[in-house]
Amino acid sequence: MANYQHHIDTEISVTYITSSKRLTLVASLGVTIGIAIFIFLNCMTAGFSRTSNNIIFKSTPHIRVYKDDQMSEPLLTYADTNRIALIANPKVVPQSNRIVDPDHVIELLKSQPGVVFVMPQVAVNVFYNSGKTQLAGAASGVHIDEADGMFDIGSTVVEGSLADLKTTPNGILLGVGVAAKMSVRTNDNITVTSSRNVTRVMKVVGLFFTNNSYVDKVKSYVNISTAQQLLAESPSYVSDIYVNVLDFDKAPTYSGRLSMLTGYKAEDWQTAYSNLLSGTNLRDVMIIAISIAIMLVAGFGIYNILNMTISQKINDIAILKAMGFQGHDVIRIFVLQGAIIGMIGIVLGLLVSAALIYFLSTVYLGSDIGYFPIGFELATVVSGSLFGLIITLLASYLPARKAANVDPVSIFRK
Amino acid sequence: MATEIMLQADNIGKYFYDPEKFRVLNDVSFTVNRGEFVTLVGKSGCGKSTLLYILSTMDTEYDGTLQIHGEAVTGKSQNQLAALRNEKIGFVFQFHYLLPEFSCLKNVMIPALRLGARSREEIETTAYEKLTLLGMKDQALKSSAKLSGGQQQRIAIARALINAPLIIMADEPTGNLDSKNTDIVFDTFKQLAHEFNQTIIAVTHDTDFARKSDRTIEMLDGAIVTTSKKFV
Repeated sequence: MANYQHHIDTEISVTYITSSKRLTLVASLGVTIGIAIFIFLNCMTAGFSRTSNNIIFKSTPHIRVYKDDQMSEPLLTYADTNRIALIANPKVVPQSNRIVDPDHVIELLKSQPGVVFVMPQVAVNVFYNSGKTQLAGAASGVHIDEADGMFDIGSTVVEGSLADLKTTPNGILLGVGVAAKMSVRTNDNITVTSSRNVTRVMKVVGLFFTNNSYVDKVKSYVNISTAQQLLAESPSYVSDIYVNVLDFDKAPTYSGRLSMLTGYKAEDWQTAYSNLLSGTNLRDVMIIAISIAIMLVAGFGIYNILNMTISQKINDIAILKAMGFQGHDVIRIFVLQGAIIGMIGIVLGLLVSAALIYFLSTVYLGSDIGYFPIGFELATVVSGSLFGLIITLLASYLPARKAANVDPVSIFRK
Repeated sequence: MATEIMLQADNIGKYFYDPEKFRVLNDVSFTVNRGEFVTLVGKSGCGKSTLLYILSTMDTEYDGTLQIHGEAVTGKSQNQLAALRNEKIGFVFQFHYLLPEFSCLKNVMIPALRLGARSREEIETTAYEKLTLLGMKDQALKSSAKLSGGQQQRIAIARALINAPLIIMADEPTGNLDSKNTDIVFDTFKQLAHEFNQTIIAVTHDTDFARKSDRTIEMLDGAIVTTSKKFV
């Protein structure tokens, strides 16, 4: 017996869909709204996260390696277990917080796989003085080219120039907040006093404006040698080493390893900003929950409409089964119908979400963020479409299975 | 020509459980030969439709055994039975039961498309032949929902014939038809049985229809009174 595949199941599905266009459209619109909102919300969270990460990484490295304070420990230990050496009131050991042989540590860090950027930094707590005005702040002693590579300082400079810092040994790059409070501009002089009571007159070579007003009000960049002088330390003095890794989300796994490797404390940005991140995580969970709920509602829409279709077509199902259609043929007819509805809904949903995202990305929010931080995220589009398809298939399989179990005799007897 | 047994029922029994346990069929046994046009008569509620659904393999909850064309069908799986129905049995129902969204031609073609034994062109040619046989060729491309009851029943018969089944089973095929359409259906059945050697089992209330058939099985209260009723 010759065997032909006529795809009669498909033909029946398509006929059902085209003969009740309104119902199909209504069911698809449910999926459309579900998919559109799912993609829109998830693109929005992704945009928010990216913006807030960008703000963080404008002034924070992925991992900071530094010497942590140590508590005093007993020097003596006893061999027998009956006696315990104890310091009744332990205090922080008054040691220098310098990193010993920083060049070696830097080379070691650079040789680690996954590490993309390493730079030394000298942090100095300072007072900015201008006339009688005095302002507490933090100066960061860096090789400005390296710092520019890590934090992209060049893009934040609004007055003067970054390159001038290299050619001006006593130059200082000030945050706009500091400059405004001290009432200085580029090429003016400013007196800086360090916590070690070293005072230097410095020349403002430029001003920078980050999106973080706190940073703008306290921070300044100076040459690393100047910072060492302000602390009255030798040219080999380094207080922190900043490390950037390939995937900043995996920073915690690196920090543990780098800590073991160097013997110094390695702190990832997630630990440093844990309070901020807990809020972000909460927001993400909420938005994911909402978008999944909406998708489930869309799934229920398809479920209901297919249930309705199946009750309407119960005579057709009985006649098809009488003519020799098997259970899986019936399942295929209705699952395919659901899948086509789902596909139409997904395509429309992609279009609607694209329109929403495009519209929102043209909305100007203001100084700190600029345009609304939203864009098409490929991963979200793919996962949203897949998720929508799975929900649709599931929502059509359940009623289809019921249809497959219809007993034709009970229908014909009525 | 030697008689060939097409369908054999042995001690078929069935219970209904709703609203209470009730024996609707009681040890029904009979045979039907190839090329015979058999009618099944009896009062309402005597179990003749129930018997027909068991013979059609759609109802599988019964006692006793059933053989179609020498093959035992009792105990086969639903999918095996569906395949068997597709190939060997054609159905005609009282309420014609066409698929309303499809054209008449497509309705006739569906069982053959499901079977997949022939190409689409061959199936279409056969479908036109069957429609011509029933005098419905002109209506082929109309939507089936637009036809009269008698016309729909003739389409349904054409559909039952498309896979050249061994047996055609009909449940009150003329129950809703006027006398003109009743005659057309009867003549077609007779022609199928006698010219094409197909077997026909039809449940009917119409005494006239039954009298003209080859043989009439009469039932009463779930049992067979006679397998060859004499009309007086």
